Amino acid sequence: MAKKTHVTTTINGEPYEFLCQARQSLLEVLRDTLQLTGSKEGCNNGNCGACTVLLDGRPVDSCLVLAVEAEGAEIETVEGIACDARMHPLQQCFLEGAALQCGICTPGFLVTAKALLAKNPNPTEEEIRFQLAGNLCRCTGYDKIVRAVQAAAEKKEEVAV
Amino acid sequence: MSTDTKPQYKVIGTRPIRHDGADKVTGRAIYGADVKMAGLLAGKVLRSPHAHARIKSIDTSAAEALDGVFAVTTAADLPDLQNKIADLGEGAVNLAHLGANVLAHDKVLYKGHAVAAVAAADIYIAEEAAALIKVEYEPLPSVTWILDAMKDDAPLLHDDVHTDSMGQMSDNPSNISTHLHFETGDVDAAFAAADVVVEQEYRTASVHQGYIEPHVATALWNSENQLTIWTSTQGSFTARQQTAELLQIPVSQVKVIPCEIGGGFGGKIAVYLEPVAALLSRKCGRPVKMVMERDACFEATGPTPGSFMRIKVGATKDGKITAGEAYLAYDAGAFPGGMIGPGCMCVFSCVDLANARVDGYDVCMNKPKTQAYRAPGATHAAYAFESVMDELAEKLEIDPLELRLQNAAVEGTRRVDGPVYPKIGLVETLEAVKASDHWNSPLEGPNRGRGLAAGFWFNIGLKSSAAGNVNADGTVTLIEGSTDIGGSRASIAMQLAETLGITAEQVHPQVGDTDSVGYTDVTGGSRVTFATGYAAYNVGLDIEGQMRERAAMIWECAAEDVSVEDGTYSQNGQSMSFEELAGKLHETGGPVVGRGSVSKDCFTNGFGAHIVDVEVDPDTGKTTILRYTAVQDAGKAIHPSYVEGQMQGGAVQGIGWALNEEYVFSDDDQMENPTFLDYRMPTCLDVPMIDTIIVEVPNPDHPYGVRGVGETPIVAPPAAIANAIYGATGVRMRELPMSPPRLWKAMSESKK
Repeated sequence: MAKKTHVTTTINGEPYEFLCQARQSLLEVLRDTLQLTGSKEGCNNGNCGACTVLLDGRPVDSCLVLAVEAEGAEIETVEGIACDARMHPLQQCFLEGAALQCGICTPGFLVTAKALLAKNPNPTEEEIRFQLAGNLCRCTGYDKIVRAVQAAAEKKEEVAV
Repeated sequence: MSTDTKPQYKVIGTRPIRHDGADKVTGRAIYGADVKMAGLLAGKVLRSPHAHARIKSIDTSAAEALDGVFAVTTAADLPDLQNKIADLGEGAVNLAHLGANVLAHDKVLYKGHAVAAVAAADIYIAEEAAALIKVEYEPLPSVTWILDAMKDDAPLLHDDVHTDSMGQMSDNPSNISTHLHFETGDVDAAFAAADVVVEQEYRTASVHQGYIEPHVATALWNSENQLTIWTSTQGSFTARQQTAELLQIPVSQVKVIPCEIGGGFGGKIAVYLEPVAALLSRKCGRPVKMVMERDACFEATGPTPGSFMRIKVGATKDGKITAGEAYLAYDAGAFPGGMIGPGCMCVFSCVDLANARVDGYDVCMNKPKTQAYRAPGATHAAYAFESVMDELAEKLEIDPLELRLQNAAVEGTRRVDGPVYPKIGLVETLEAVKASDHWNSPLEGPNRGRGLAAGFWFNIGLKSSAAGNVNADGTVTLIEGSTDIGGSRASIAMQLAETLGITAEQVHPQVGDTDSVGYTDVTGGSRVTFATGYAAYNVGLDIEGQMRERAAMIWECAAEDVSVEDGTYSQNGQSMSFEELAGKLHETGGPVVGRGSVSKDCFTNGFGAHIVDVEVDPDTGKTTILRYTAVQDAGKAIHPSYVEGQMQGGAVQGIGWALNEEYVFSDDDQMENPTFLDYRMPTCLDVPMIDTIIVEVPNPDHPYGVRGVGETPIVAPPAAIANAIYGATGVRMRELPMSPPRLWKAMSESKK
């Protein structure tokens, strides 16, 4: 058994500790060790964005981050987007706008879009498309995803989440 | 034209939030890779580094001796499968070939072909063990281009495959496994009499479905000899049948639990990992989970064929198409049985053509065994035929839309392969193009062009089952057998709700496993909303009949005297809502369980037409999609948002196929781009909004008129874009993809 490292981190606002091997990715630990399976593995090489999480507020492909790099960091996953029982406007708009079909890419899109709206509350269509270009969706053709993000930007202003 | 204008129904045509939505936007939905259980082992497949080689020996002893390894398997553990043909619902398969694809026997036939597999305590040990398996190969010459594979002296993949030419078997073995021939009318005379003839050749590269979720399977073969499989599949019953047949055990010994599925598009019908995980679990008694790597998804699952096609069309000078001839050769990949059949049937499907001849060839070569990809075989044929239509329109100086309208297939048209169309909606679809804002807006500016193409897919029926349990609070739990790839739980539940006169939210749909719901064919063929929806309608009728009896019991009258309207049961001035009646079930005889099943051999015939505006960069050959409109006859759109979603998603897959996606092979027939980055599917930034126009010409064979929508939208895009590129550049692109280097080269050559 490979030697394991002790890591202390914050995930979705809660303190976490885990042991991991140096070679393990953050995605592996989130999914296999911490049971946070909302982040998905589509390619394991940073191409598809299904595993996107926020690392200190910045969207990253968690399959390309080593788990030991989570030490002292603030991580946010799709499981942390909803405020307890209340859905985030992005989640609500994805549902209302039918912006998902199979749903495997949805967690990654939600996390990336959340980071976008945090930085740019009123993005243009072009800015949305640019920011989401690292997330692949094979089902929707992106139309309804872009519209859902636009709708969430409007809603977010109304409810000021 | 729009579904929103005339609400004929209360539920159908509305846009409720899908029932499985909350779980999917909060990360709680359980997909195949999310399955956990005590004692779970990790499986790893060892794959061939060669495109074609004889396996001389396999030594697994070092792998078996490694600490943490629980089981190793090879094809030696699979029963000896004869050339038995198994009917898998959407197509038949030769079991010996299926088995040899799952684990190679004496030869590997493509790079990535599975050779052996390991189960270990974790994936790192499994990978280390797989690397310890010694396989001695004798490399053989290989071939991946179809015209080379068809040559007499081509490297031969199978000694036992002969060309089946309309029932006649060739004397010598051949890579050409099938030659199909359809003919109607007097083709030669019609060409001789034609005023104008256009004949062109087309080539397309292999492309992949590109589902974001890799293949995954977990198997537990328990001490009671029962095998349970958790998997991501388009058809749990098909997965069960394939696994049982490959292992030569009864289907009742296998239970398939379908997890949420992260995309399929035809690529998650054949089994790859399920039987291997089962063999490993049988050996060690522990559950084994196998997740396929992304490069293996490209190299070792089922891309859709590359092709070579030649199309010839003749017409009178006033635009009546009188003669057609098609030569279609499609890759089968490593084993016979590709998509050539539907290709041949679709090639002339959009025109009313009295004289036509189609020859189709199914060709084996050293690529992974091809599988269905959204309207399998139709996109290739439409790319070729609809491009020829555009050239014909130009020669005749007729508007390309008018040419299509003038020759459109209608009710009563006999397709070249035999069937006569019932009521279809191609003319209505083309009329919707004619009336659209897009078609009527001028396109200005240099290097820009507009293209149009039509497309067809059969849309099948087949077998589906569902059951409904009425709850005391007036809701109905619906269990259905179709795995839900894109929101079909909602479209099925809505049909039950409509039938019972309750709301979509009052139905709680779930996808059953193979032990809890009746046999249901695959989620494919654009059949689910049609056929499983039909089964749900039958569930509704069954429940309504039983509820009527309960009302009659309460009112002490005959059941036939109880009338039902919009979920309200009435008799002689008394009435009760569905909810009220549901609350009285326990005192009127107990639970109400409704059943529904269908077996539909019909085709619902989906027609579409796409309009696209492009701009081509003359310096780079890059094509930008400026505007896109997809028009399609859905019969009846149950949930219009998801109908639009299918049209938009199919269009963008077609855009990727047209402009970028391809398998690039090295000289030694290795795929050089087996990653998402290099395979280059469209991203958000590559496409504009995709406008949709839903046409509704109800299907007379369905209670709500459903035709199905999923596949047709991928058929037209490559041809529409090729025609637009011609408008922009004056260059006819007769090879897919029309990638920047290829288009730039063609533009450069045209200037010489």
